[in-house]
Amino acid sequence: MNSPVPTDPVIRLTEVNKHYGNFHALRDVSLEVAKGEKIIICGPSGSGKSTLIRCINRIERHDSGEILVDGHRLTGDTKDVAAIRREVGMVFQSFNLFPHMTILENCTIAPRKSRGLGKAEAEERAMHYLTKVRIPDQAGKYPGQLSGGQQQRVAIARALCMQPRVMLFDEPTSALDPEMVKEVLDTMVELAEEGMTMLCVTHEMGFARQVADRVIFMDRGEKIEEAAPGAFFTNPQSPRAREFLQQVIH
Amino acid sequence: MNALDFSVVVDALPFLWKGLQFSLLLTAVAFVAGLVLGTGLALVQHLQVPVLAQLAKGYVALIRSIPLIMVLFWFFFLVPLIAGWMFNNGRPMPVGGVLTAFLTFSLFEAAYYSEIIRVGLRSVGKGQYEAADALSLSTLQTYRHIILPQVFRVTSPIILSQTIILFQDTSLVYVLSLTDLVGAASKVAQLNGRLVEMYLTVAAVYLVICTSASQLVAVLRKRTRIATNR
Ligand SMILES: Nc1ncnc2c1ncn2[C@@H]1O[C@H](COP(=O)(O)OP(=O)(O)OP(=O)(O)O)[C@@H](O)[C@H]1O
Ligand SMILES: [Mg+2]
Repeated sequence: MNSPVPTDPVIRLTEVNKHYGNFHALRDVSLEVAKGEKIIICGPSGSGKSTLIRCINRIERHDSGEILVDGHRLTGDTKDVAAIRREVGMVFQSFNLFPHMTILENCTIAPRKSRGLGKAEAEERAMHYLTKVRIPDQAGKYPGQLSGGQQQRVAIARALCMQPRVMLFDEPTSALDPEMVKEVLDTMVELAEEGMTMLCVTHEMGFARQVADRVIFMDRGEKIEEAAPGAFFTNPQSPRAREFLQQVIH
Repeated sequence: MNALDFSVVVDALPFLWKGLQFSLLLTAVAFVAGLVLGTGLALVQHLQVPVLAQLAKGYVALIRSIPLIMVLFWFFFLVPLIAGWMFNNGRPMPVGGVLTAFLTFSLFEAAYYSEIIRVGLRSVGKGQYEAADALSLSTLQTYRHIILPQVFRVTSPIILSQTIILFQDTSLVYVLSLTDLVGAASKVAQLNGRLVEMYLTVAAVYLVICTSASQLVAVLRKRTRIATNR
């Protein structure tokens, strides 16, 4: 594998294992992500991509191995978990906005309750990020009144309002109508260009080529390949990756 | 048979109004206390808190299998005996009708509300908890700001329907010789012999209050349908 060796890892996974009952979902996965790096994770359905990134902010709990995020070691300690979650933003396939709150409230609740910001400051910050994702005019509406693409951009703004050091994306465009994919990807490209550290599960290969520093290919819970996007897309090393790429491209 | 004479009702209005006030107060107190306690009962089951979850489940099953009137009697006759046995060297400690009514209705309603809320809790998707977790909200903050507001919104029509039943059930306090609306009417009727006028009036009052509340249920149903239509 010809991947660059990160110098200052924001995230370091060492031989992480995860089971669901008897099912071995992650097998000895190790990974280092340096500050500002963009990692794309791809692989067939059920290969453990979601599980991998969900272990990083403990939406799922790993069984063995070590996970370090921003200097905090992920153990059962709730203080560490809370500290890590404050530094790690997450965007879900199904948006998961809070339907009973306005867009503005969606963006201010966590900074206020978890970071202890005042109302005015939280709202100012929310408007800043809503402007960044180009929907400041929707601040007073409810999620149900927005299109899928708009909702996902709100979800990105909501995560950014915590001013995280790392952003995790789990197939952020898979639930969107085709005509809305671009507006979300554009937002993510901008974020990448600003130097955000990003781990993104996606099958949008154009996006991967454009922003990725490294591509990680997963299969059956294992990290099979890790390479620069150019090398991965033109010359994948493993037969499984070749097979996968053929399916995705066609 | 005499013609109906509603002037007796007019004379009795202040007394009936007092009775109605008691019915409404009992409903309001049982609503608030029952909802708070019921939410607690639902939450310990939802969070599968050891021991408490089983106790809550047993309590709800027990209360829901006993008619309200039995619970009222039980409270009125048994609790003074138990309290006396525990704190007063076996001499009964009367609880009093009013306190009995407030306690019983609150505890009784809690069981019914908790079942409504327990089902409502299951209607909130797992993604909401995950989003709250990812935003570093604590469990308490998640339930307080994210989960419960959605549960109350979804269940508000059913909770209000249950509260209409509660309001009608408050007439059962006659077994404790309390003067609610029905109690007031029957006391007046016993004095002036105008049973028909008095009970027609009571029926009209219940009809007006309960149908307006039912209208509100319909409005709430429509609103929650729109809210969940995302
Ligand atoms: N909560 C769970 N309980 C049991 N098994 C699970 C659970 N979550 C995931 N799995 C299993 O673990 C495996 C990996 O799941 P994961 O969601 O990480 O895959 P994925 O690579 O993200 O797939 P997809 O592309 O379909 O999203 C799958 O076989 C899945 O069925
Ligand atoms: Mg997945």
